[in-house]
Amino acid sequence: MVSHYDLSRTFEIKGRDFSKAGYVSINIKEILRELGIDPVIVRRVAIASYEAEMNVVMYASKGEMALKLNPKVIQITLEDEGPGIENIDMAMQEGYTTATDEIREMGFGAGMGLPNIKKNADVFELKSTVGKGTSYNIVIYLNSKGNV
Amino acid sequence: MILRELVDLLEAEVICGEHHLDEEFECAGASDLMSDVLAFGESGIILLTGLANTQSIQTAEIIEAKAIVYVRGKKPNKEGISLAEKRNILILSTKFFMYKACGLLYGRGIVGVGNLK
Ligand SMILES: Nc1ncnc2c1ncn2[C@@H]1O[C@H](COP(=O)(O)OP(=O)(O)O)[C@@H](O)[C@H]1O
Ligand SMILES: [Mg+2]
Repeated sequence: MVSHYDLSRTFEIKGRDFSKAGYVSINIKEILRELGIDPVIVRRVAIASYEAEMNVVMYASKGEMALKLNPKVIQITLEDEGPGIENIDMAMQEGYTTATDEIREMGFGAGMGLPNIKKNADVFELKSTVGKGTSYNIVIYLNSKGNV
Repeated sequence: MILRELVDLLEAEVICGEHHLDEEFECAGASDLMSDVLAFGESGIILLTGLANTQSIQTAEIIEAKAIVYVRGKKPNKEGISLAEKRNILILSTKFFMYKACGLLYGRGIVGVGNLK
């Protein structure tokens, strides 16, 4: 397909900065849309990346998100510095949340973020070290139908 | 339904994005929970919400909603409005409560998410 289909970009995410929350994901969405990627795929990437970005803003001190793209896959990786997740299996369950009232008032903290990332991704790996941080690896194949 | 008719139906104030008013829509969703909107929203819907923060605008952009209708007279602040202008999204504000706003739309044949033919 198009030659500029090999791309790698990184973005900084600041923890607690709710006014800027979402900018990275919308940026990523715009990049993919301009490349002419299937809108259904772009949407799945955007939703997964936005939920991941919100989690950094809500729970961590800072993070770095990377977008990698080749003719077959879109990969979003995210490394944050923060409290980490003690029980990943539990965090992955629908409805599980440690969100504060402040977060809930902003329309998040329903415990749906990680399950929704999983739903939209073809591969979703979550690793975490308590007291240090969390890393997300999200892969979406350009030719996949997904589970949505 | 044309977005202009939606404005009349909900006696809404147009906050920004007026140039979209001649576009059509057929599906709507209502929630104050942005995670639910992200999980169940569809592109092209009208999003009715009581949450007038910047996150509702970012969320609408992510799911590619056609417009946001804020209920109970809510409006985004200046920061929200400039974000919505930047995102080129139609924002309406109605005095009606969520229940009435949804009922009026439903009564006019606007379906909920997951119900588009
Ligand atoms: N980057 C992160 N750093 C620390 N904790 C996290 C992170 N991401 C998720 N979590 C934990 O996992 C829980 C579930 O996340 P999620 O499914 O996105 O739901 P929610 O954000 O609504 O709480 C969070 O409440 C939080 O405890
Ligand atoms: Mg979350």
